[in-house]
Amino acid sequence: MAISVDLAEDKPTPMLEQPGGRFRPFWRELPWHLLLITIGVVLLAPLAWLVSTSLKSPGAIFVMPPRWIPNPIRWENYPEALAAQPFVRFFFNTLIVTVFATTGTVLTASMAAFAFARLRFPMRAFWFGLVISTLMLPSIVTLIPTFILFRYLKWIDTFLPLIVPYWFGGGAFNIFLLRQFFMTIPLELDEAARMDGASSYRIYAQIILPLAKPALATVTIFSIIAHWNEFVLPLIYLHSTEKWTMAIGLQGFSGLYATQWHWLMAASTMMVLPLILLFFSAQRYYLEGIQMSGIAGR
Amino acid sequence: MTTALSAPKRRRSLHWREHIDGYIFILPWLIGFLVFVAGPMVASFVISFMRWEIVTPPAWVGVAQYTKLFQDDRFYLTLYNTAYYVFIGVPLHLLLALLAAMAMNLHLRGIRFYRTVYFIPSITPVVASSLLWLWIFNPEFGLANAALNAVGLPSLYWLQDPKLAKFALIIMSFWTIGGQMVILLAGLKGIPRTLYEAAEIDGAGQWASFWHITLPMLSPAIFFNLILAIIGAFQVFTQSYIITQGGPENATLFYVLYLYRMAFQNFQMGYASAMAWVLFIIILVFTFIQFRLSERWVFYEGSVR
Repeated sequence: MAISVDLAEDKPTPMLEQPGGRFRPFWRELPWHLLLITIGVVLLAPLAWLVSTSLKSPGAIFVMPPRWIPNPIRWENYPEALAAQPFVRFFFNTLIVTVFATTGTVLTASMAAFAFARLRFPMRAFWFGLVISTLMLPSIVTLIPTFILFRYLKWIDTFLPLIVPYWFGGGAFNIFLLRQFFMTIPLELDEAARMDGASSYRIYAQIILPLAKPALATVTIFSIIAHWNEFVLPLIYLHSTEKWTMAIGLQGFSGLYATQWHWLMAASTMMVLPLILLFFSAQRYYLEGIQMSGIAGR
Repeated sequence: MTTALSAPKRRRSLHWREHIDGYIFILPWLIGFLVFVAGPMVASFVISFMRWEIVTPPAWVGVAQYTKLFQDDRFYLTLYNTAYYVFIGVPLHLLLALLAAMAMNLHLRGIRFYRTVYFIPSITPVVASSLLWLWIFNPEFGLANAALNAVGLPSLYWLQDPKLAKFALIIMSFWTIGGQMVILLAGLKGIPRTLYEAAEIDGAGQWASFWHITLPMLSPAIFFNLILAIIGAFQVFTQSYIITQGGPENATLFYVLYLYRMAFQNFQMGYASAMAWVLFIIILVFTFIQFRLSERWVFYEGSVR
């Protein structure tokens, strides 16, 4: 097939890269660093405080002024918090919802984006306009009838309301982002493939998706973070404890053990940590993804 | 690949093929739009004219839910609380995000590291961050008062004082400026360097460059952020659900929290649907006004002004 064109030239360059050029002498940068470090410390202080509290003994929590380094470090808070509520269960529930919802999001959003970016069909502009306008639709308007629909389907207290809707388009923002990226792939590739008799499905699966890996990675990460953090949907749909996700488990935990801050912060840390690790391993895609979405208006 | 079709016929059949493929590829979205967006919107409008406690059969009551709503003191109270959060919180949040984005656009050593650090709070799950801030605002042992005391200021009852509670939640929202920051930064990165170079040649100072190049070129990104931030802020829910449960003295009883209680605790689906539609109209009006105002201040490349 004629589509094995070398695409090295067409790959989007990492756009958050600094433009070339020498730095100013360090002493001229220093005031900026002092300012940025101060603000950075303020922004990270709550997270440091979270971890610090999660390792304190109950007595050490209620001390003023607070101490940052726990003494002694009390690792037992973690197994104790895990024993107080079935957090392992919540973790796996969250994982199941996140995996299935993310899969649906990436698959169906990329399908719609492919059609909007690469195929010509009647009313395409109209449908795409609708995609964009749903971006601005407050979700609260659709919440109650959707709840009634799922109740009618007997889906309350199952994971289905948290998963199934994402298999139907995966969200306007993701469609928009992927479409923007797909449009940067040279159209000649599709045309060459069609000449060779490739169908739209092959072009989608064997040309566009492999070339759009960075954008797909971005949408995957956005989606994982969103589903991991989702609170309102599980609050409304998941009622029995063994179905709870971590977000709901954590909230329920706070109701039961309102003053057990060390456990509460240990449980919170367990929910936050996987996300921070994911972000660090894939931050390139996350930050650049926002740039390539063109969401900034150009 | 050989085919018996003549060239024009073949092209026509290819077009047909493409049209059908197009619809097949958007089909999941299209079904989702009909079932989870358009359908529910119509349904919630219809339900807003009903009395429906979900276990009892629905009864048509006309505009009774709306007249009841407009006589409900809580409706005005929650609207006020929400407006406070939107019109004080969103502009300050956006201004801070803009300042942060401009700092992140500086050509400094280690700027990528700062970007990461400033962004991390934005990925923290809202439940975890709400519990964390509940603890930070603890009047006796929280970090917020420890910081005030350290600089010689008296402790505050952040979440217990009805006058302060809404603003405490706004302060908490400043923690997550990172999300807007990266979008604005993307906008800043997209401004062509040549514009600044030309301005420099014309003798423009930094302030003039900022005012006549940066702001106009960034205005689409600012506008986009503003629109989505206002729509999001009108629906503020989780923070007050977890941190203050609407208190103290209903000072943080926001519109959607009240709606949630009506729908999922009192099961007044009709009343809650009427509330949802009123909020929808309010948001629609504000979005429309912003689009109209944007003609005066948002600058799009390639458009003539």
